[in-house]
Amino acid sequence: MSFFTSLEFRTVIEALNQGFLRTLELFFVTLVGALPLGLIISFGSMSRFAPLRWFTKTLVWIVRGTPLVLQIIAIFYVPGLLGVYIWGGGDSGRFAAVSVAFIINYAFYFSEIFRGGIQAVAHGQTEAGLVLGMTRRQIFFRITLLQMIKRIVPPMSNEIITLVKDTSLARVIALQEIIWMGESFMKGNQGFAGLVWPLFFTAVYYLAFSGIVTILLNRLEKKLDYFRV
Amino acid sequence: MAILSVKNISKSFDSTEVLKDVSFDLDAGETIAIIGSSGSGKTTLLRCLTFLEKPTTGTVAVRDEVIIDAADTTKLGDELIRERRSHFGFVFQSFNLFPQYSALRNVTLARELQAKEQPDFKANRKAILEEIENEGRELLAMMGLADRADYYPHQLSGGQQQRVAIARALALKPDILCFDEPTSALDPELTGEVLKVIRSLADQKTTMIIVTHEMAFARDVADRVIFMDGGVVIEQGPAKEVIDNPQNERTRHFLARYNEH
Repeated sequence: MSFFTSLEFRTVIEALNQGFLRTLELFFVTLVGALPLGLIISFGSMSRFAPLRWFTKTLVWIVRGTPLVLQIIAIFYVPGLLGVYIWGGGDSGRFAAVSVAFIINYAFYFSEIFRGGIQAVAHGQTEAGLVLGMTRRQIFFRITLLQMIKRIVPPMSNEIITLVKDTSLARVIALQEIIWMGESFMKGNQGFAGLVWPLFFTAVYYLAFSGIVTILLNRLEKKLDYFRV
Repeated sequence: MAILSVKNISKSFDSTEVLKDVSFDLDAGETIAIIGSSGSGKTTLLRCLTFLEKPTTGTVAVRDEVIIDAADTTKLGDELIRERRSHFGFVFQSFNLFPQYSALRNVTLARELQAKEQPDFKANRKAILEEIENEGRELLAMMGLADRADYYPHQLSGGQQQRVAIARALALKPDILCFDEPTSALDPELTGEVLKVIRSLADQKTTMIIVTHEMAFARDVADRVIFMDGGVVIEQGPAKEVIDNPQNERTRHFLARYNEH
């Protein structure tokens, strides 16, 4: 009987699959939350109203200047320490807390990329829109946005690949994502203990997924190749 | 009757005064060329008319209706500015075409967005869009670009891009078309095709203000010429008179320098 049909292999793979599903959930929830929130934050950091601009920039500094691990711990534990139990118990509570931490952290990183992308769109484009009688909203959605997207695909790709791997930080509050699952077979899980290979085997999942993400982002880049900015 | 009446426009950036007490009138169907060396305030003047800059003093009236009054400090809403700005079309030195849209779409986009705001748009959607597209194609044909409608800006030469930009400005049927050094960003061999288009617009009695460094063109095409220096209107009058027989010392000096080239 080969190793790949053994009970050990099947048990571990099943657990890793389950963990990876959690990883993917966190990945997609973060993207869906952080992309729009990041855009809103970028408007704050470009606001013509100085107090809002400074407030936003201070938040950017705090969120980018402290470790994500620390933010996860703070968001999960601090409400409880203050006597407010907002996260509820069990895995769903942990997932909610970690999602909030990831969305906030990534939104602030994305906001800086968006800001760079928007500011790089030539001012003449906005002026051309204005003299053609377009509203600011029309100018943003019809003219600036796509040019910004084209510019930010490469730096965004970097961030998104980093996010794939950063999801492993969620295990600090015992979210059962794939690294947590891999480690569990060292300590003991479902009758197996002292297994080192499951932890290293998680790399296969990460590589496969980041490979797919890279291909998709390259496609997007190609799709936007039809015009130049 | 003057379609445009500019009175005592001044503009300062911080403590630098770039326009000083500029006044002129423009009649319907008339073409005015504004000449002068770089930094003389010509471009700022055009930008003040089109709400791209706010003048420090002075008024601008279109058909006797004051649309800009620097003394009036009440903040104009975006809607009102849009409405008042619609008297003007603007052609930029650097074209500023929208790179993600074809030549045709560059011309039709603003019209489409305006049509969508009309209450009857939904009912006649297809007919309206078709009409806008046809007019866009006609304008491109008028610019000699009928076969370039589906090209993207980066696939066009500078001269072609600028002609698309002119079609784009004309699409909204402005009362007054402003050109800000329309050929300054072009290679010499490409300026001719753009000037030819502007000349034909003048022949059709399009009301235009053209900031330009092309003296021969200004002389032949414009009805009147305004010479500016240091933010001040030094001399204005019929184009041929000002350029062939300038009265002011500074105008003479400026034109003499041009003729040396």
